[in-house]
Amino acid sequence: MDIPRHWRLNKQRYTLTGEVCPHCEAKIFPPRDICPECRDEAKKEFEFSGKGEIYSFTDIYNPPEGYEESIPYTVALVKLDEGPLVTAQLTDFGDQQVEIGMPVEMITRKLRSDGDERGLLVYGYKFRPMVNA
Amino acid sequence: MKNKVMKPARSVGIIGYGAYIPRYRLPATEISRIWMGGMPVEPILEKSVAGMDEDVVTMSIEAARNALARAGVNPQEIRAVWVGSESHPYAVKPTSTIVAEALGITPFTQAADLEFACKAGSEAMVAAMALVGSGMGNYALAVGMDTAQGKPGDALEYTAAAGGGAFIIGPAEESLAVIEGVTSYVTDTPDFWRREHQKYPEHGGRFTGQPAYFKHIINSVTTLLDELEKEPADYEYVIFHQPNTKFPHRAAKQLGFSKTQLEKGLLSPRIGNVYAGSSLIGLTAVLDGAEPGDRILLGSFGSGAGSDALSLLVTEKITTRRGKALSTEEYINRRTEIDYAQYVRMRRKITLK
Repeated sequence: MDIPRHWRLNKQRYTLTGEVCPHCEAKIFPPRDICPECRDEAKKEFEFSGKGEIYSFTDIYNPPEGYEESIPYTVALVKLDEGPLVTAQLTDFGDQQVEIGMPVEMITRKLRSDGDERGLLVYGYKFRPMVNA
Repeated sequence: MKNKVMKPARSVGIIGYGAYIPRYRLPATEISRIWMGGMPVEPILEKSVAGMDEDVVTMSIEAARNALARAGVNPQEIRAVWVGSESHPYAVKPTSTIVAEALGITPFTQAADLEFACKAGSEAMVAAMALVGSGMGNYALAVGMDTAQGKPGDALEYTAAAGGGAFIIGPAEESLAVIEGVTSYVTDTPDFWRREHQKYPEHGGRFTGQPAYFKHIINSVTTLLDELEKEPADYEYVIFHQPNTKFPHRAAKQLGFSKTQLEKGLLSPRIGNVYAGSSLIGLTAVLDGAEPGDRILLGSFGSGAGSDALSLLVTEKITTRRGKALSTEEYINRRTEIDYAQYVRMRRKITLK
């Protein structure tokens, strides 16, 4: 039963909320309460814009348990505009090719079902090609 | 007696609006190719289909984020999140709490899921009007969203689509469109239903027309016009529930509205029937192009059956707010065509175990 774990991650998964270091201004994601840049305490919440670009990516054909339904899919390292690298699934590429440097934006999608069709639905961030506003 | 129009104690309107349409499209010719030998029977051109990682929760979140971006209000001041749909992902556990959490509206808010076939979205809007209009809260979020179910081979498979709209209702003085009044016309009419644990809905064929769709819309709209002392010519735009292309055209004609008034908000030929979001997403498309001073009439319909008719007056605030999120047309143009095989996989009609 992963229910408490999923529940604790709601905020970072739904809104891409991390932290900002009060000492050196570094933006931190996922939140870890200690700044990876200056090693000082960093507990101030910071909501990321969700905009970034693809730093690297790989296609998944042999998925871990719980992700079988949507193969093949692409997992990317996304460099957020504010700095941190985030690992996430890409989605909604349609016929578009994934390329390093492509601008992407965060959206909230269904990640998987925790267990079978009776289980909790887990929602969180994925990234899609930027839709021009 | 002229007392059927509902108006809140304090005047309210739409502060922000947002649409969402998934990017996949299934042309009607594909369904006909599989089930009708390619015979031209298409009630629409194509319908929108949700991706495998999309459902009413994720789609409502995106539409509501668009509405919030346009409204520019603090989400902590929203006192209700009401999501109308007939495809909530859980039988028990609210869609609305997940939407509220994702938008930063929790914890001091009302949250509930509404169900009234295709009328659940406008039902949520009217409830939001009441909450704000009574002064219980300053803002309320109303969503109509669906990933509609159509039985393979059935007439409804051509149109059952995915998408919808979200609206933040607030005080009239902050509104981009003031709601002048609403009439609701509801009877027990069994034109369409889905029983518990059933995957696909049943419908009454031709019974869905005259005694259901037309009777309810015509009664709600004519009563609203009569009591507000308005005529079809007073409106720049009219939007009806759009289960296909034909019904809204016929309703417009019967009520004395022109094709020009109807066309801007008639999206079903290009995206299908998005059920609880159908008339609402039509309204988002109209607001994208409306000018201050324009009057808009919305007539929703939900099977079972009922219709809400709303009269709206657009204010000058529309001009600065509409550009703050993706337009409905931009979502329609974000289009990837799929074939019937991809469709049955995406809609989980292939049994894997």
